[in-house]
Amino acid sequence: MTIDTVKITIGVNGESTSADVEPRLLLAHYLRDVVGLKATNIGCDTTSCGACTVLVDGEAVKSCTVLAVQADQQSVTTMEGLSPDAEHLHPVAAAFRAEHGLQCGFCTPGMVLAAVSLLTENPAPTEREVREGLEGNLCRCTGYHNIVRAVLAAAGREAGM
Amino acid sequence: MGTRVVRTEDPLFLSRGATYTDDLIDERLAGALHLTLVRSPLAHARITAVDVTGARAAPGVADVVTGVDIDLAPAKLSAVAPDGMVRPWLATDTVRFVGEPVAAVLTEEPYQGQDAADLVEVDYEPLPAVIDLRAAASDEVLLFPEAGTNTAAGFGLDTEPDEHLFDGCEVVVTREIVNQRLAAVPLETRAAAAVWRPDGDGDGRLTLWCSTQNAQSARTEVAGWLGIDAAQVHLITPDVGGGFGAKIGADPEFALVGWLARRTGRPVRWSETRSESMTGMLQGRGQRQTVTIGGTRDGDVLAYRLDVLADAGAYPRLGATLPYFTCLMAPGVYAIGKVESRARSVVTTTTSTGAYRGAGRPEATAAIERAMDLFAAEIGKDPAEVRRRNMVAPDAFPYTTASGATYDSGRYATALDTVLEAAGYADLRVEQAARRERGDAVQLGIGLCAYVEITGGGAFSEDASVEVHPDGTVTVLTGTSPHGQGHATAWAMLAAEHLGIDIEKITVKHGDTDLVPRGSGTMGSRSLQTGGVAVYQAAGELVELAKQRAAQRLEADPADLVVSAGTVAVQGTGAGVSLAELAVSERLRVDTVFDAGKPSFPFGAHVAVVEVDVESGKAVLDRIVTVDDAGTVLNPLLAQGQRHGGIAQGVSQALLEEVVYDADGNPLTATLADYAFPSAAELPSFTLLDMATPTPYNPLGAKGIGEAGTIGAAPAVQNAVVDAVSQLGVRHIDMPTSPVRVWEAIQAASKGNP
Repeated sequence: MTIDTVKITIGVNGESTSADVEPRLLLAHYLRDVVGLKATNIGCDTTSCGACTVLVDGEAVKSCTVLAVQADQQSVTTMEGLSPDAEHLHPVAAAFRAEHGLQCGFCTPGMVLAAVSLLTENPAPTEREVREGLEGNLCRCTGYHNIVRAVLAAAGREAGM
Repeated sequence: MGTRVVRTEDPLFLSRGATYTDDLIDERLAGALHLTLVRSPLAHARITAVDVTGARAAPGVADVVTGVDIDLAPAKLSAVAPDGMVRPWLATDTVRFVGEPVAAVLTEEPYQGQDAADLVEVDYEPLPAVIDLRAAASDEVLLFPEAGTNTAAGFGLDTEPDEHLFDGCEVVVTREIVNQRLAAVPLETRAAAAVWRPDGDGDGRLTLWCSTQNAQSARTEVAGWLGIDAAQVHLITPDVGGGFGAKIGADPEFALVGWLARRTGRPVRWSETRSESMTGMLQGRGQRQTVTIGGTRDGDVLAYRLDVLADAGAYPRLGATLPYFTCLMAPGVYAIGKVESRARSVVTTTTSTGAYRGAGRPEATAAIERAMDLFAAEIGKDPAEVRRRNMVAPDAFPYTTASGATYDSGRYATALDTVLEAAGYADLRVEQAARRERGDAVQLGIGLCAYVEITGGGAFSEDASVEVHPDGTVTVLTGTSPHGQGHATAWAMLAAEHLGIDIEKITVKHGDTDLVPRGSGTMGSRSLQTGGVAVYQAAGELVELAKQRAAQRLEADPADLVVSAGTVAVQGTGAGVSLAELAVSERLRVDTVFDAGKPSFPFGAHVAVVEVDVESGKAVLDRIVTVDDAGTVLNPLLAQGQRHGGIAQGVSQALLEEVVYDADGNPLTATLADYAFPSAAELPSFTLLDMATPTPYNPLGAKGIGEAGTIGAAPAVQNAVVDAVSQLGVRHIDMPTSPVRVWEAIQAASKGNP
């Protein structure tokens, strides 16, 4: 049994990447195992947890639900591409630090990217809108309390609004 | 200390991301094989044949291993369980839960693993599943015939129940309560990687990376299972994506990964899928309790009995022993003259149980706090008043309970009054009465929980080392093992307190058994009161050592020296020498051990306000107001974070979560699509109030905060849901108080069954 491969080209964090991949290869595994970017985590196998969330052409997508071949010729942003380095965090990432919106860190890359996408669509969300907007991203550590605060802070808003 | 400090670990976590076991890029792991486990689809069955021919021929397959290939003795995973209750590395003749590993497939690429695993053919002859705990206790079907019993452990079973326990009580209420089984679900599933070439390259030892809450005990366990000296295992804990008790110690799969690395002579990596994890990882709770409470019509509780039947799962592990804590903490915050508690842990054909946030204590709190409400309802008094009336008085400490725990310090009534005041308890009762009067479809429920728990109860001592380097940086070594708690920041704060060196220059290392040979890890809310205190003590001892050395150099009396901003100076003069300079000629390092000698007892009170639609049965948590008093707070940001996460897990136990098996032992909640893991949309923000009653048991006065929120929140929310429908005659609803359960309880009450 040999599996035919397909050549794909995907822009990842502003750089072009290319590989011959099995058609069944998930985008999450492409990013982790082919490109070697490990921030994108895989927390489930039912598209439930959102840990693998990345931006595809600017929109939040669960990369365990997308085949790499489906992202051919598109542009992907992972958490590594969000901030230039650890000292210069993207405003949403910085808000997660300031509000203690992360503990073990496993949901964090997906959560931060989901928050970036949320704020792009709705720059001034209410607390309820943040909670519902992040419904597809699960966190076991924070009870979401400080994640919600971080997203609201990044939007320049306060809890309860 | 006591200041809000953001975490030093976060800039990396928020840019490049943490490095979990499956993320490791290490040359020692180059060319690693990937392990895929073939798992039993049946809960209880005899294996009649295993055929791996097809799998061996599949693309990329390097090896396929079954139980008969393994030369290790089956593992005894619980010290207290009968000898016959052992787990094979891969099942050979019998499987005892859905998800039990039967064969191991090693492939060059991960995707090839599942392809080949699907080709492993196993013939099973079904045996009767044992799911119900009473059926298990009857020993009708034995999981381990050689053990002769399904009882894995017992607590207080040797003492006959006192038939006069409730003599003199005007009112006695009894109720059966289920504290349901839960899945811990850390977002990172289990993972391990191993290199072991006894006769080849490297140092001949097993190098094992794995996701665990305590590297040192994981090393000892793995070595024991493999039949080698602990010194022959170098165990490393990369970043860990949550544990919540389910990652305490090693899992048998970790040792299997090591064994396979030796067998194949190649590195081996393993990372389970979530659906595997939902049956493979240890689960928590799982108790069937009978509470009996008696007292006077005025509200004095005179006697309390707690009988526990606990689910150990198929192969007894830590979960079999946790009912010990349930029994110990049975009377909670109340001064009850007569208390009896006993527990039996039984094996069932389900996933093994272990610790899950609270680990034995939430079960105790849920039982007594439900019992207090049942008692208050029976005598027609306000549950807050009945609680306050029976609490241990603030001047009674140290206080030894009738169940044998000695509480260190507490202000239980103050905690309760604080949350009642902040929640506006009296107004809530007015609002509740109005809704009842109007017969609203959405009723208000107010639930209380007053709790005390035990932390640091597993291991009382912890190691720490502090070293100042010539470049002015500091390394702290700790035997605790953070996986989200923020020890890198917190322990740096403790060292900085003595050294006066900026926390950005202090690196905290843990979880590498070569670097830190001794330690007991992070669990049972033990870290600050043991490991944190040890770091604080080590830094203090380092300052004394530095003063001795500086005294010679500065020709001063050590008593005249002070340390601030990383410099030892002669008080009142400009003369001084930096700690870094002192480290140039001779290493400036202190290794120490702190032994608290005993556990501490955090306490608190929660008020939950829920709205329940009596037509659909749906309960929604509106607010939760909490005091979680864990003594001295080091970093309020981190302490609050622990409370938030704990509260969410408690709320979720009360409203949503449950691991469910059908009568044949099939897990019905084996994916995250089926298991009711809460999202942000299902939770409110939490109202936290502060109280800090120090413990006299350590120099910081700190108790544990990791599990408090969970212990307080679940009973408060459960009580609130029952309270919302109590006017309809409902006295109890088991957790999770799902719409169907609430609706059924209302229907039953309307037919005269409260």
